[in-house]
Amino acid sequence: MSKSSPKGKWLFWAILIVFMILLGRAWQLQIIEGEKYRQLAEKNRLRLEKVIPPRGRIFDRKGRLIVGNKPSFDLFVVPADLKGKESFAREVSSLLGLPEEEILKRINGARSPFEMVRLKKDLTFEELSRISANLWDFPALRILVTPTRVYPQGPVAPHVIGTVGEITQEELRRFRDKGYEVGDYIGKSGLEFQYEDLLKGKKGGRQVEVDALGRRVRILQEIEPEPGWDLYLNIDLDLQLKAQSLLEGKRGAIVAIDPRSGEILAMASSPSFDPREFGRFMDPEKWRLLAEDPSHPLTNRAIQGVYAPGSVFKIIVALGALTMGQVEPHERFYCSGYFSLGNRTFRCWKEEGHGSVDLYKGIVQSCDVYFYQLGLRIGPKAMAEFARLFGLGDLTGVDLPGEKKGFLPHPQRGKWFGGDTVVMAIGQGRLAVTPLQLATFISAVANEGKLYRPFLVREAKAPSGRLIRFNPQLKGEIPLPQEVFQTIKTALEGVVQDPQGTGRAARLEGIRVAGKTGTAQVRGMPQRVKDPSLLPYEHRDHAWFVAYADADYPSIAVSVLVEHGGTGGGAAAPLARELIKYWLGVQP
Amino acid sequence: MKGWLKDFSGSVCVLILLTIGLINLWSASNTAGSSLFAKQILWVLIGSGLGLWCYLTDYKQFEDVAYYLYFGGVFLLSLLYPFGVEIEGAKRWLGFGGFYIQPSEFAKLGLILALARYFSKRPFQGDLSLSDLGLPIVMVLLPFFLVIFQPDLGTGLVLVGILGILTLWIGVRKRTLLFLGVLGGFGCVGGWFLLKDYQRQRILSFLDPWKDPLGSGYHLIQSKIAIGSGSIWGKGIQLGTQARLGFLPEYHTDFVFALLGEEWGFVGAAVVILLFLGFLLWAFETAQKAKDPFGRFLAMGITSLFLLHVTINIGMALGLLPVVGLPLPFFSYGGSCTVVSLMAVGLLSSIRKRRRFFGA
Repeated sequence: MSKSSPKGKWLFWAILIVFMILLGRAWQLQIIEGEKYRQLAEKNRLRLEKVIPPRGRIFDRKGRLIVGNKPSFDLFVVPADLKGKESFAREVSSLLGLPEEEILKRINGARSPFEMVRLKKDLTFEELSRISANLWDFPALRILVTPTRVYPQGPVAPHVIGTVGEITQEELRRFRDKGYEVGDYIGKSGLEFQYEDLLKGKKGGRQVEVDALGRRVRILQEIEPEPGWDLYLNIDLDLQLKAQSLLEGKRGAIVAIDPRSGEILAMASSPSFDPREFGRFMDPEKWRLLAEDPSHPLTNRAIQGVYAPGSVFKIIVALGALTMGQVEPHERFYCSGYFSLGNRTFRCWKEEGHGSVDLYKGIVQSCDVYFYQLGLRIGPKAMAEFARLFGLGDLTGVDLPGEKKGFLPHPQRGKWFGGDTVVMAIGQGRLAVTPLQLATFISAVANEGKLYRPFLVREAKAPSGRLIRFNPQLKGEIPLPQEVFQTIKTALEGVVQDPQGTGRAARLEGIRVAGKTGTAQVRGMPQRVKDPSLLPYEHRDHAWFVAYADADYPSIAVSVLVEHGGTGGGAAAPLARELIKYWLGVQP
Repeated sequence: MKGWLKDFSGSVCVLILLTIGLINLWSASNTAGSSLFAKQILWVLIGSGLGLWCYLTDYKQFEDVAYYLYFGGVFLLSLLYPFGVEIEGAKRWLGFGGFYIQPSEFAKLGLILALARYFSKRPFQGDLSLSDLGLPIVMVLLPFFLVIFQPDLGTGLVLVGILGILTLWIGVRKRTLLFLGVLGGFGCVGGWFLLKDYQRQRILSFLDPWKDPLGSGYHLIQSKIAIGSGSIWGKGIQLGTQARLGFLPEYHTDFVFALLGEEWGFVGAAVVILLFLGFLLWAFETAQKAKDPFGRFLAMGITSLFLLHVTINIGMALGLLPVVGLPLPFFSYGGSCTVVSLMAVGLLSSIRKRRRFFGA
């Protein structure tokens, strides 16, 4: 090149090399790695949002809505996207009417700057429109729409319906194959849990383009979600509400079943809870109070409460003894108020004794001494065997999670004594049953041996119109002679109708109610206390009453348990009466 | 190639670059602000006028006033301290009735003129000795310290770079070079501690941008994603998602090349790189062939100015260099840079023209 600058020529090559490096780098980024960066750019701008389908609704047997959905608009803030906390708090405070300190407190409480912090749940329409109009100025704000459960009739059978909540880590692991993601909702208990697969529906998806601040620019593609299936229950809304009101202020459970099919017409447990307080934003303090409440309001006593059946068990002893030919209906025993076995004395609940007692009188007046002897005749194994035939000591198979089996003793030589047999014959001791078990049991008696699986859901309907019908399921026919059932049923009617019957409180004008009282002892042997209200509450006996009506053509079977209610005839029978009266009144 | 055609080839490169640059800015203006494109056209027109004036004027006249222009630039820089407008933590602009000028751009040209004059007046034209370099170093350090505390590291580097390239191009004694190298090394180590935190972060994040992808490494990552995702043909004008959706920061100024790479693809990026190369080789040749010392050094100074701006800016966008705020001539939005660049092109053409008229 130039003679004047012979040394400068290297710069020509330097320039050339530098630009070749730039060119080579552009080649590398755009041609060789172009695809990688293209994907990174797509990842930058594209977001996949899931679209939550409305959960299936729940209706009663007559198609009345018990559980529905509504969108809840919840306001969140992502601290990482905040420019200035203080100014943000001030402006949002004026928008929402939330105190500034409260907003700051929540933002500062975030565990990570990317965690969405809830500012307000369930925005009103006005708040929503105010926020939406200003959303562009607050890129840190997010409004999440979550379908929320609504209970238009108030809390209807909350124990049966169950609750829905955000999925936990543990549930995510457990249902790994079912396509759940963090933040999804899932049935936690009751039918919401049992029928989760039907109720949840199918998630939709939405591909949206967002800008660098995460604001949605446009929707590119959308796959509609599929709503969940609606459930139609066997429960009758009115009867259920009746049962709930009957238990108001008491602890206990009521189950009503159609004995002809096993359809559960009502299932109530008390104390209860308000499902509206559950869900994503449940106050932890409220949850703690509920979970730790000594009266266990979250327990569904109908399937999870286990109690000694008390005198209700005498039906089984009588059925067994008659079937085995160990007793004739007219065979008489003498009750002097107590019964001696070896050196032990077992009292009858009636101090002065029942005198001469046959089977009818034994059941109607629930004579303990009569059944001590029947129990001794057939023995504990036979009693347990007959109990098992009627489904005691085993799951009823009801379509609810968490059902308890109860307990039937297994008499073993050397560990079982005559005294145990005597106690067992009147339904005390180590026997344990749930109210639902006794309801299915009394249904089977009313049915003369047909044992149905109790069930809650009669139909599931897809939004497409597809229908699943859940039919009654006959678990088995108990092979006892017809006349045995007849004898017992006559006596059970006497329990209510007979002037001496223990269950007279369940008597109804024009309806033939049959039933059996029971008293589950909480402490020791029968208490001869004239006025149970004198006892401390925890020491009072549990009151049982099982019943069915009409005696000849039973269409409802009821099992009532009132914890610490005292006697079955006094505390439980009136509740059964109200229920039956109501049901047969509306449905002749 | 015919002589006159060769003389104009550099200007043709600039013309094409300016056109592409304006289209690119028009694309950016869609989201970065619609007035941006109109303003830039105004700057280009003003710049072209001044460039033409430089071209038509005998550059020798600048030799006489070179030191005045240099001190004028330094004076403008010093004005930043009391009067500078602070934008995003840096005082780099002087406001004049709605317009902002960036004195550092003018100071660069002033420095080049002063250096050219100094070197052209040197009695012996052999390799440079330390004593030859004493005054030039002072001439660089004066504006250098004024800019790095604005803070504007990029311009500081360019100022030092211009002297460095000039020195190496003229030729320098080995001992002197070694001494200055060691001194420069210490200067860098000492300078590290003088750097602002964010500047240090930028250098560190250049080494590992994914260490803090949302913080200091963000620019680098998003720029590479923008360019890389352009692939061969690009996403099309106004269709660059990285820029349009705001993932790519400063895509109308310092990262304008990333916008180009995204929307025009490798084809566009390669054409621009090759046009800059063509222009720089033309500028380099102008310096090599200039007959008079002042013209030669002035041309070389301008060449190194463009060389540094283009390679640092594009190298940064491509993720080859740490993030330093330097505009890309003819592409970045900004009046001062555009006007100074076009004046520089005018000067180069002027030098070239006069070589033809008075030379061989």
